[in-house]
Amino acid sequence: MTDIQININNKTYPTATKPSIANLELSLNSNEFICLVGPSGCGKTTLLNIIAGLDNDYDGEILVGRRHTHPKIGYVFQNPRLLPWRTVRENIELALDRPQPPEVIDALLGAMQLTQAQQVYPERLSLGMSRRVAIIRAFAVDPDVLLMDEPFVSLDAPTARHVRELLLKLWQQRPHTVLFVTHDLREAVALADRLVFLSATPMRAISEIIVPIPRNERNNELAIEAFRQQLLQHHPEIKQLL
Amino acid sequence: MWQGFAAYLNSNTLPSPETVANVFWQGCVSGQLPFHLGVTLLRLVVSFTIAMLLGCAIGIVLGRNKKLDAFFDNWLVIFLNVPALVTIILCYVWFGLVESAAILAVVINKLPNVIVTIREGTRALDQDLLDMARCYRFGKRKTLVHVIWPQLHPFVMGATRSGLALIWKIILVVELLGRSNGMGYQLHLFFQLFDVASILAYTIAFVAVIQLIELLVLKPLDKKALRWRR
Repeated sequence: MTDIQININNKTYPTATKPSIANLELSLNSNEFICLVGPSGCGKTTLLNIIAGLDNDYDGEILVGRRHTHPKIGYVFQNPRLLPWRTVRENIELALDRPQPPEVIDALLGAMQLTQAQQVYPERLSLGMSRRVAIIRAFAVDPDVLLMDEPFVSLDAPTARHVRELLLKLWQQRPHTVLFVTHDLREAVALADRLVFLSATPMRAISEIIVPIPRNERNNELAIEAFRQQLLQHHPEIKQLL
Repeated sequence: MWQGFAAYLNSNTLPSPETVANVFWQGCVSGQLPFHLGVTLLRLVVSFTIAMLLGCAIGIVLGRNKKLDAFFDNWLVIFLNVPALVTIILCYVWFGLVESAAILAVVINKLPNVIVTIREGTRALDQDLLDMARCYRFGKRKTLVHVIWPQLHPFVMGATRSGLALIWKIILVVELLGRSNGMGYQLHLFFQLFDVASILAYTIAFVAVIQLIELLVLKPLDKKALRWRR
């Protein structure tokens, strides 16, 4: 497993007058779950697109281990981006760079409670189900880093909570380095090993906080809420980001 | 109604359905009608296939590449608007009254049409899905087959349907001007003999064949390609 170092000196869109991202440094430890928390529109999606290699117009570098290379990416986009003309299973299999034994996909589908839906076309799925397929697809490629761009936005609270619990369970079975973008502090506290708070444009990291809640306590709403309150009290700079 | 009008007029210009059916049957028995119909259909299949393959390839390239598109855009408009008759005559004059000149004339007439349709389809491709494919390292072939082609399907079917209609009209003119067999040649002959019954019999046979293609080939293709739709 590789550690990843991200240094972005400057990212300015051609039509913009000031940079979207300036002097952002981020190091990701192996199998660490990191939540990026920042105001909407601050450039979080831009950052993920740079890491994913979809946006190459920036000044900076991404190191995987010690090498300058593109990390292998699993990307859960804000909208699920499934191919509507391929079944759930085909959507997952198409993302693989080499064929996997069917049991691997079966296990992933089982973990996300989608075994029944594997031959269904995406148009017949609910949004929550589509999001779960997108999560499976990202895990299935066994990526160096898993990017998640507010994958639970626009889900109702119980569905979001359900998918979040499934995600955590899956991640504990198959640990990966995760970069999870959100503007929901409660969600971030429930998921992350480490929180990275980002400023508004130009985006940079303003504080990093380790979440001390043990993994088996992450279902405990009270513990999560207590830590959230504590955060807001001790780090007033966070408040204005939310 | 046709029967009534024909009986009322009682003239050669509008033969009764009975007469047309009779001529149709005789043409079938003598083998004349199936032969000329077959020749025309063969030309249709060959020129249609060439025009579609070339048109799809060029259309996708132009839709994906802004510079090339800007360069060829004017040429495309010119070729779209050259009258079919002009291309046909020029092809015959330059390449002689041969089969390949006939096919070339049809292809040149149809090609810009396919290119424009497929180019519009390519421009309308979903960038989100293309990004997804890039991020998961689909590669060129996988992206074309699984991401681009399914989105182009309605445009390809549109080009196919309008293409069949356009091509068979052009083929008849091509045959009329420079071939000694096929529907166009026969229709020309009947015109000179003022044989309206034969003209109608041949036309009905051809329209029936086109309907069969729609029913047996295009409809099932549509159904198969769109089975993912709710």
